[in-house]
Amino acid sequence: MYFYSILFEKAENAEMKRNEPPAFFSDLNLDQIINSITANRDEYDLKPYFYTSLNDASEIEYRQKVTMDLENKILFRNIKSFSQKMSTMRQYLTLSNKLYYKYHKEGWFLEAVNIYCEAVNSLANELELTDLKSSGFLNLRKYLAKYVNSSNFASLFEDTKKLKSNLSGIKYCILIDGNRVKVSKFESEVDFTPIVEKTFKKFRRGSVKDYKVELPVTSGMNHVEAKILEMVARLYPDIFLALDNYYMKNQNFQDETIITFDREVQFYIAYLEHISKFKEAGLKFCYPQVSNSDKEVYNYDGFDLALANKLIAEGSSIVCNSFYLKGKERIFVVSGPNQGGKTTFARTFGQLHYLACLGLPVPGRKSRLFIYDRIFTHFEKEENIKNLRGKLLDDLKRIFDILNQASSNSIIILNEIFTSTTLKDAVFLSKKIMEKIIKLDALSVWVTFIDELASLSEKTVSMVSTVHPDNPALRTYKIVRKPADGLAYAISIAEKYRLTYNCLKERLKI
Amino acid sequence: MKIFLLYKNQDFNPEQNLLSNEEELIKDLELNILFNAMANNDEFIFEMAKKTILSFTTDLDTILYRQDILKDCLENPEIIREIYHISIESIEMKRKTWFGIFSKSSPSSILYSSVKLLKLFLELLKKLKNLANTHAEKFKSKGFKLFFTNIKKELNDEYLNSVQNLLSELEFRNGVLISAKLGKGNEGENYTLCRQQVEDRHWMKRIFKKKVPSYTFYISDRDETGARILRELKDRALNLSANACAQSVDHINSFFNRLRIELAFYIGCLNLHEHLLRIGMPVCFPVPVPSDKCIHSFQELYDVCLALTIKQKITGNNLNAINKNLWIITGANQGGKSTFLRSIGLAQLMMQCGMFVPAKSFSANIYKRIFTHYKRKEDSEMKSGKLDEEFKRMNNIVDKLTSNSMLLLNESFAATNEREGSEIARQIISALLEKNVNIFFVTHLYEFAHYFHKQKTENVIFLCAERLKDGKRTFKIIEGEPLETSFGEDLYKKVFEDNV
Repeated sequence: MYFYSILFEKAENAEMKRNEPPAFFSDLNLDQIINSITANRDEYDLKPYFYTSLNDASEIEYRQKVTMDLENKILFRNIKSFSQKMSTMRQYLTLSNKLYYKYHKEGWFLEAVNIYCEAVNSLANELELTDLKSSGFLNLRKYLAKYVNSSNFASLFEDTKKLKSNLSGIKYCILIDGNRVKVSKFESEVDFTPIVEKTFKKFRRGSVKDYKVELPVTSGMNHVEAKILEMVARLYPDIFLALDNYYMKNQNFQDETIITFDREVQFYIAYLEHISKFKEAGLKFCYPQVSNSDKEVYNYDGFDLALANKLIAEGSSIVCNSFYLKGKERIFVVSGPNQGGKTTFARTFGQLHYLACLGLPVPGRKSRLFIYDRIFTHFEKEENIKNLRGKLLDDLKRIFDILNQASSNSIIILNEIFTSTTLKDAVFLSKKIMEKIIKLDALSVWVTFIDELASLSEKTVSMVSTVHPDNPALRTYKIVRKPADGLAYAISIAEKYRLTYNCLKERLKI
Repeated sequence: MKIFLLYKNQDFNPEQNLLSNEEELIKDLELNILFNAMANNDEFIFEMAKKTILSFTTDLDTILYRQDILKDCLENPEIIREIYHISIESIEMKRKTWFGIFSKSSPSSILYSSVKLLKLFLELLKKLKNLANTHAEKFKSKGFKLFFTNIKKELNDEYLNSVQNLLSELEFRNGVLISAKLGKGNEGENYTLCRQQVEDRHWMKRIFKKKVPSYTFYISDRDETGARILRELKDRALNLSANACAQSVDHINSFFNRLRIELAFYIGCLNLHEHLLRIGMPVCFPVPVPSDKCIHSFQELYDVCLALTIKQKITGNNLNAINKNLWIITGANQGGKSTFLRSIGLAQLMMQCGMFVPAKSFSANIYKRIFTHYKRKEDSEMKSGKLDEEFKRMNNIVDKLTSNSMLLLNESFAATNEREGSEIARQIISALLEKNVNIFFVTHLYEFAHYFHKQKTENVIFLCAERLKDGKRTFKIIEGEPLETSFGEDLYKKVFEDNV
């Protein structure tokens, strides 16, 4: 099979790339995640790949297999070093194109070709020695082997090496006396510095300050250096003639498929490098099973990738959570004390699905996830609180839109809607909307303080954020599957502060 | 270039960590008075005297090594001060010439300044060598003999000439010769300064030498950019050599600096000696005894800091105590107890850094560490209680205590009532004695003192402030058992009745 792309199995799937993030990105903090992943990789323009999720199980599998191959540390390191060389090659070419003096321009061109040849050649060799499983990499290997063994490439590589070694063998002397510059071949002149050091060695005791001046590394050449180079070229005419010919002959040396591979493989590199710090912290990632039909999803010991990124930077520990849906279950109703990880749970659910449909490993030790058609989110926006009536209307409008557009294959995530209306209103509206979601049969997460929603149907599952049994003021950030029980929590907090009826009676006795 | 005037085979390191209890020692023994007398308003000598004294040695040989050197200094003070002056001159020269050297200087200006300074240093080295040639014979100590021999050997004429020649080559009267190779993009790299062949200067030889192919071009006089580029090119080539020269400046300067550091202590001793001579107080070179012995034997031991403060003759004390581990000093207030305690500590410190001591004769064993625990005045900033604070300090001392330490206690544990204080003191002191710590304790805790008196242990000595029959004090400390009263009544009388 012919190698086309490391990201797409079928050529036609590569065409539908988005340049803007999906609407739910910021609600799920996916914008933060993708920004961290793609940070410092601007030259590859990776975001469009991360904005476009797949809905074809075999394309997802194609990427999962490629990623699995890349978990081989040796392969990963080899690809990294390949990319670094390609990046350097591009820098050299850009430089060469800007330059003015002939031998200077040609010199940097030679460097660019040289590093290109080295990069491609060593990648081809290394792939031969690597145990590969994914069709993506297997096809790449075949492609590269053929390319490297072509006579064109072989002679390009040979010419480059020879020319480079001839040039770097040139050593010369410059005598600067006033405004006179004399250039000659190097004979056997003696380095002055060791003589100075030896003379004053007897005073040496321990180390002293370094007076070496950090001279700017100049790339580029001024007219004096160019003049000197011209003299050097006159001292060694044959070598520089060969350089002229080489430059003319090899202008189109790059292979397009290899260049595309270099960019696309960064998608995996970026993600794997991003998640490596979580792995080092002991967190688990797994390759989810994916399906377009089976809604019995689960994930064990998953976590919010955006939050984890912050917590790791602070040195805090990260709490993992698990969930599963069985049989007719479709909807998680999440209730319990505030600041207990409810929103994080909702975000995690969305992130896991999104990452799975990018074909990437997801947080968690075991996972089965659904190939959705679309994700819809509605998160409370604080800035709108001033106008209560307007806000409620706005909420309802947005939910109406969501329900209108969503299919049974969509994922709906609602976070604390109707908080700014009366309880009676909120209960009434929530129940109405819940009925519709139930009917839609879409996978959903609904974070709410209205716990009666949890027991409305066999499709709903109650999840509760929990507190520490000994000290109710401490959150565990664990979200567990159990009936909603808001009151027990309130009483235990009151006891801790000795504000229950019995406590108050005792305290007020004196 | 070895100096070795403080240790037989190593440099003195002024950066070494001082004792962790240096602040207590300075405060309790009033060491700043001593340092000031040694310094004569010279901050550097003050610092070095402080560092040398507070990093006193426990090595008997080192003490004797320094004593001999100090004796040479006392014999030849002018020569020592002249050498010291040379070391200061070098530092002054560097301060002035080095003024423009900072991180943005170019290699050529670094090289220029370095060569200039190296030439000045060369003159100082010649001066030092001449002093050695003229005066070496007058010095008897091992330390100075070795020092002068080294100077004569290391700074011989041949060497000084070669330095002179090198420095003149570094002025580049025939241009700068640079070797280079082609690097990436055919840009020149590895610009390296090369030495021009000396015979090249001779035109006859130049003519007959094999002709090396070369091409020459000129930068036009109007081409300022070109001239700047040539300077930059030279800078690249000169960078390493400039560094080597500047580092050589530092190395030679650090030689002078080490010389200054080691001599500063002796200059301080010379200054102190002059002060005491003027007051008419005696000094002697003490006889140190290994630390496994326990000896304190002295005549006319006095508190050097008190003498320096009141600038007149003061009374000294005599004692010959062998195998006494606990010294309990009681008696009248204002009777000279604290002064006595301080004189013990000061003499010990001075002995252990190789100085003369303030006494007519003095011999004592060497201690590994010296600690002081003095009653402190009430401090308004202090958050914890007074006894609490005392315990905290005592706790710190115990953390660092080793056997063969000296511990000076002045009215410790008096922050509570006498019974409690005595019991605390008894428990602490008994434990420390078993740990082989020598304790000198000025105290009013009579229950404590009587406890040890009743034990009749051989290793305890009781001292008290002498009081004549008419009630007058002599400020002398003599052997005597602890009395119940500390003569506060006397003082009361003196203060109240004399002022009636």
